[in-house]
Amino acid sequence: MTQIVHHVPERLLVAYAAGTLPQAFSLVVAAHVSMCDECRAALEAHQAVGGALLEDEPLINLSGDMKADLMARLDDAVPDEPVYRRDGPFPAPVVAAMKGRGPRWTKLGGGVKQSILSADATGSVRLLSIPGGQAVPDHTHGGLELTLVLQGAFADETGRFGAGDLEVANDDLEHKPIAEPGPDCICLAATDAPLRFRALVPRLLQPLFRI
Amino acid sequence: MWMLAVRDNRDRVAFGRLFDHFAPRLKAVVLRSGSGDGQAEEIVQEVMLTVWRKAAQFDPERAQVSSWIYQIARNRQIDVLRKENRPVPEELGYEAEAEPDASRVVAVEQESGKLRAALGALTPEQRMVIEKAYFGEMTHQDIRDDTGLPLGTIKSRIRLGLERLRHELKGLRDE
Repeated sequence: MTQIVHHVPERLLVAYAAGTLPQAFSLVVAAHVSMCDECRAALEAHQAVGGALLEDEPLINLSGDMKADLMARLDDAVPDEPVYRRDGPFPAPVVAAMKGRGPRWTKLGGGVKQSILSADATGSVRLLSIPGGQAVPDHTHGGLELTLVLQGAFADETGRFGAGDLEVANDDLEHKPIAEPGPDCICLAATDAPLRFRALVPRLLQPLFRI
Repeated sequence: MWMLAVRDNRDRVAFGRLFDHFAPRLKAVVLRSGSGDGQAEEIVQEVMLTVWRKAAQFDPERAQVSSWIYQIARNRQIDVLRKENRPVPEELGYEAEAEPDASRVVAVEQESGKLRAALGALTPEQRMVIEKAYFGEMTHQDIRDDTGLPLGTIKSRIRLGLERLRHELKGLRDE
């Protein structure tokens, strides 16, 4: 695997550890950490800060029977939880988000495909597949967008992004990512607002495709 | 060490000690995020039950018990509040060693001690911001704006920990 050069910003790692990051962004961070030892180490360091703060918390009284209740539950049957593993370019948390089934691609035109993993009021997250050499439609953002490359690479005005690299785009970035020649570029992209395409036709298609 | 006795021997007395130490502190953390008393105790119970069930994943060469329990507690509270499972990173192919490397365990403890000292040296205002951030009281706007998190004073401690952790992870990958 190529060297990862674009990492998760510190504030997003803290928010991820604390659980304040919206679900769509949390999936991207979990996927990146799965691919990046540096950010895994950084996350564990933030967890150490959380642990140190926990040690300093005041003691709050518990109900009298709480401990006995819990001790009695130790032998309860453990509910079955499916264990997901990496599948090709998809790290385990992405496979989990697809519930173990592969992506269900829908065509967006020009060979570009997407598979929406979740979309609600707090944001959306989807997989994008862009043929090598192909451009993604020009768009601006109404919010924060995280794009993690799972396979292949793309480049835009801000740099080159290969497998494992994370691009963080804010409201003001208007960029035109182009996939590198070679295998399809597969990305995991999360946003807290609908993307707004600048050209008229894609904008009309937006409600249709939820892009 | 209680946690290793729980992990390796399923020691219930040791687990009771862990409960006595952490449950009242966990309740304090959970109450911060607006859960009521009853829900807070339910979440603490679930957290401690997870500690019991997932004890095999605890690695004293990489983390202190408090860090490990902190993350379990945050995950659990989010799962309850959002009613969906929070995405978590892929597990590393880690298998518990019967005899953890004592020097690495000591290194983790020393770093944690220094981290706590660094946290103790924060002004009350800085301390409040840090607690808000790590106990899940930041707003979405706070997160996006990247302002006001006074990590500066504790950053050097985090950096030191990072070097060690990176080394540990590399060791896990090479095995």
